[in-house]
This record gives sequence, C-alpha cells and structure tokens, in this order.
Amino acid sequence: MSGATETAEIPITVDFSGGLEMLFDNQRRHSVSLPAVDANGKPATIAFLIDYLCKNLMQDPRAELFVLDNHIRPGILVLVNDADWELEGEEAYEIQPRDNILFVSTLHGG
Amino acid sequence: MEGDVESQPVADGTTAATDSVANGCSRRLTDDEFDRYSRQMIVPGMGKEGQLRLINSRVLVIGAGGLGCPAAQYIAGAGVGTIGIIDNDVVEASNLHRQVGHATSRIGMKKVDSLITHLKELNPLPTYVPYPFQLTPQNAADIISKYDLVMDCTDNPVTRYLISDVCVLVRKPLVTAAAIQKSGQLTVLNCPPTPQGLVDSEYAPCYRCCFRKPPPPSSMVSCGEAGIMGPVVGMMGVAQAGEAIKILASALHMPVAKNVGDNNTPEKNLKQPTLLIYTFDLESAVGPYSFRALKMGGRKRNCFACGENSTLTLEGIKTGNPDYVQFCSAPAPVVSLAPEERITAAAYHAAKEKGELPDHLLIDTREKEHFSFGSIQGAINVPFGKLLMKAAAIKRDGGPATEILPAEAVKSNTPIFVVCRTGSDSQETVEKFKELGLDNGGKRRIVDIVGGMKAWKQEVDPTFPYI
Ligand SMILES: [Zn+2]
Repeated sequence: MSGATETAEIPITVDFSGGLEMLFDNQRRHSVSLPAVDANGKPATIAFLIDYLCKNLMQDPRAELFVLDNHIRPGILVLVNDADWELEGEEAYEIQPRDNILFVSTLHGG
Repeated sequence: MEGDVESQPVADGTTAATDSVANGCSRRLTDDEFDRYSRQMIVPGMGKEGQLRLINSRVLVIGAGGLGCPAAQYIAGAGVGTIGIIDNDVVEASNLHRQVGHATSRIGMKKVDSLITHLKELNPLPTYVPYPFQLTPQNAADIISKYDLVMDCTDNPVTRYLISDVCVLVRKPLVTAAAIQKSGQLTVLNCPPTPQGLVDSEYAPCYRCCFRKPPPPSSMVSCGEAGIMGPVVGMMGVAQAGEAIKILASALHMPVAKNVGDNNTPEKNLKQPTLLIYTFDLESAVGPYSFRALKMGGRKRNCFACGENSTLTLEGIKTGNPDYVQFCSAPAPVVSLAPEERITAAAYHAAKEKGELPDHLLIDTREKEHFSFGSIQGAINVPFGKLLMKAAAIKRDGGPATEILPAEAVKSNTPIFVVCRTGSDSQETVEKFKELGLDNGGKRRIVDIVGGMKAWKQEVDPTFPYI
C-alpha cells in the first residue's frame, strides 16, 4: 500500500476444493505471486486472478469446468479468506497481500 | 461412568414448568426413554427439556443412501419422535460400504424398508413413516409440510432445488449436505424459516441464495462414476443429524420473536450460515485444510425463491413451474456421429469373433481405476481427461496429431474403436480424433462403441466387472 512499483507482485495462496484441484495438477493449494496490477494498470481483482489462473496455472484444457463466458462457471463458490465473495464485492474485490482465495465446486452426490 | 449416572437420576418433574415452552410438550419421560436417552440428556444444555423437544419433533429424511443412513441412525438413536424417509431405490451390494443402515441380507429390498428395519432395531420408540417413491414437484409440499425439519440427503441438483423451494414456501428449516469422491459439504438453511419476500439482513438464506445456479451437467459426476469414500459421506450424514438435533432440541427453528427488543439471541439466528467443507486426502493424514468453515451470505434480495419479487408458489411447482429438470440441464455438446461411425457392443463383439476386424485399435477412455478392474481384450487405456489435455496441447503447439495415439496405432489407416464407461465420452473422443485429422480424410475408420462398457456387460459379457 506504500507506493508500490509497477513490477510489484502480491503473494497469495489459492486453494481448490470439491474436485477443482483436478484441473490444477491435482494440487489443492498453490502459492501464487500475482502481478499487483493488470494490463491497464488497475489493481489486481478477483476477475484478474481468475484470468491469470486460467493462463498460468491450469493444467487441464477443460477450462469450461472453471470459467464460462469469462466468468467463474455456475456451481463454483469463491471465498475470500473463508467468506463468500459476495460479502467482499465479488469479481471487483481487490486482492490484498496474503489473501487466501478458495474455489469450491458445489457438490451434489450423496 | 456407568455407575455415576445411574446413581444420580435426574429429578424428573422438577423442570416440568419450563418444558411448556416447547409447544406444551411437558410430560414425564417413560422408564424406557429415561434409560435410553440418559447419556445425551445429561449433556449441558440438553436436559429433559431438549429431549422432550426431540421426542415431539418430526424429521423428514429425503434419501436413504450414504447421507441418509447415518443421518437417520443418529436422529433415531437420539429419539426424534417421528421420522419420515423417502427413497425409491433398492439396496445394492455396491451401496454397503457407505450406506450403513442397510445390510447384505437386505440386498434387493426397498431402501426405505431396509433402513426402517435397521432403525427399529436401534430404537423402536419413534414412529417411522416410509415413502418408497421419489419426491416430485407434485407430492413434495404435501409430504414436507407434515414435518418440522427436512434433511436433504439426495444425490442430484434437481431434487435439491425442489426441496429448498418447497421448504421456503412451507417454512421448514433445511439441513443439506452432499459428498462425492473425497469431498463433503454441509450447511443449514432457512433457519429459522421466514416468509417468502421478506428481505432483510435478519433473515436466513435458502439453498438458491447460496447456490444460485446448478453446475452444468457436464461438470457433474455421480458417485457411480466418480466414486465415494464411505467415511466422507458418512461424516456429512452424521453432521446433518447433529445439526438437526441441535436445532430441534434448542428450538433454533422457532421464529425469532419480533418487536420484543430481544437482542440476546443473535447467535441463534443462522442468517449467515456456515458451509462446512471436508476434504479427504488419500495422500496425507488429516491436514490443516481438511476441515474448513466458510461464511456464507444472507438472504438475497433477488433470490428466485425467497426474494422480494419471487413468483414461486406451491401451485406453480405442482404444475411444472419452474421446470426443475430443465433448470438443471444445459445444452449438451452436440455430438452427431454418422451411423457408420457407431457400432453396438454386441455387433463389435460379433465382428471381432468372426475375424472381420483383424487389425484395429481399441481405445478405452475410462479412468485408470475403472480400467484396472477389467477391460475388453486388447484395449488400450487412454483416460478421457488426459486425452483432452493432449488434444489441446497438439492444437496449441502444433505437434503431430498421432502423438495422441498409442505408439502401436500410429500406423496409418488402422481403424480405431473407442469405448468409455457409458457411451458419451467415447463419442466426444471420436469427434476430437476427427478434428485432429486422425481419420486421414475419411480413409481411417474411427468408431464409437455405443453405450460403453455398460452396454458390453449387458450385451456381451454379463460377468464383466463393470463399475
Ligand atoms: Zn433464497
């Protein structure tokens, strides 16, 4: 927050659960150094993170299991530090250092 | 422990005056009840009052499977007075590793009857009500309105949205859980239930508030396909019972009194419920993220079911509005193979037996765990996910398309047959191969085996270990 430079990165952890880990090398937790600003110089938001994950972290080509029409697909909950992202502003939430972002697929089996 | 409790019986009757809070259900416990429930009644906060509330409660368990068995066992053991159970399935051997309310001796029996047999043995005191059929938009409201609390122990989104919508309209608290493979989820909704259309941060959300839209069907797999670890679904079912017992024994589902200036019960109001998620990691012991408690949002102003301008009604539901099946299905990827690109399992087998297929390749796209139990002779396993990954890499990096094929198949124009588990991945695989040009402009046949290994078992080899 103290006059960050253009090259700054934000260290965060990104978790996947409910089967989404399959799309990310079967790893539930990833440490990510996210560029602090997007291509337009705007602060990194969750929308930017989602795009970044698709381009840099996803191993599986089935991107439609994660995003649909450039948004997170229906049936995936996004949690910012363990709270539903709607409490934080959804895609517009600006990512802070050491945030934990969790993507959970809604389950239906039983 | 044993002697301790018996030697200091709770002075029955001393709390009679306060028991009336639970709908005037004050009465003495019978000796049987007293013996049976003593260990939970002495838990702080439970007491005779909590026990009587349980005895006077009615709980509906929807689904008598991996969630419903443990959920029903624990509420029956705890003494919930009336327990309704809905399910139209019959017990199969493959259920028993997780559906612990059934038994080997009851394979083939209706699950509802099997589970009630077990529950009566566990505790004969409750009244058990069997519903050996499916919950439908037509019967849901009549059944659900007879109960105080609903446990969603089903296995599909169509029923989950139906249950929640009816619970909103007939105002019942809903304890919902789900599990698949190595993950489980649990949450309490609509508790206490508040009328549709009242949107204020004071009110608890419904299932649709938390899970606005179902995932596209293509991203969903059933326990039959993906597998399920018994303790994962069992833990969720037990936790459902725990939540139900808490809610009923403490009357958390009773509407919060209004205009009383009563600010000392905010914790009782689940206006922002917690979603518990459990992940069972086969590669490590209980890790720091095995259990997580996530904070969900409250009731949504624009919720289709409980929100401000909701048009959802019981009459509408009965007459097919909304259409739950359509809501939960998405336009499936259109795969339209020509008739000559498809062959039945029986026809493939016959052609092979007659020597009409001397040189061909059979690719089995099931997951390797499925493949490991058995396969058609000569089949080569290329799991569907890996195959898609390779196909994407070839498209992106432009390597030779034949890289996707096993080495022995690179020889051109050898026909390729594709088989999967139930017949849909194989069709997509045929499409993908054609997209990559592996049909050599039509010179190489690429054929889908209709209905997958499921059809193989039905049409060719009844002893095949199909999972
Ligand atoms: Zn709602």
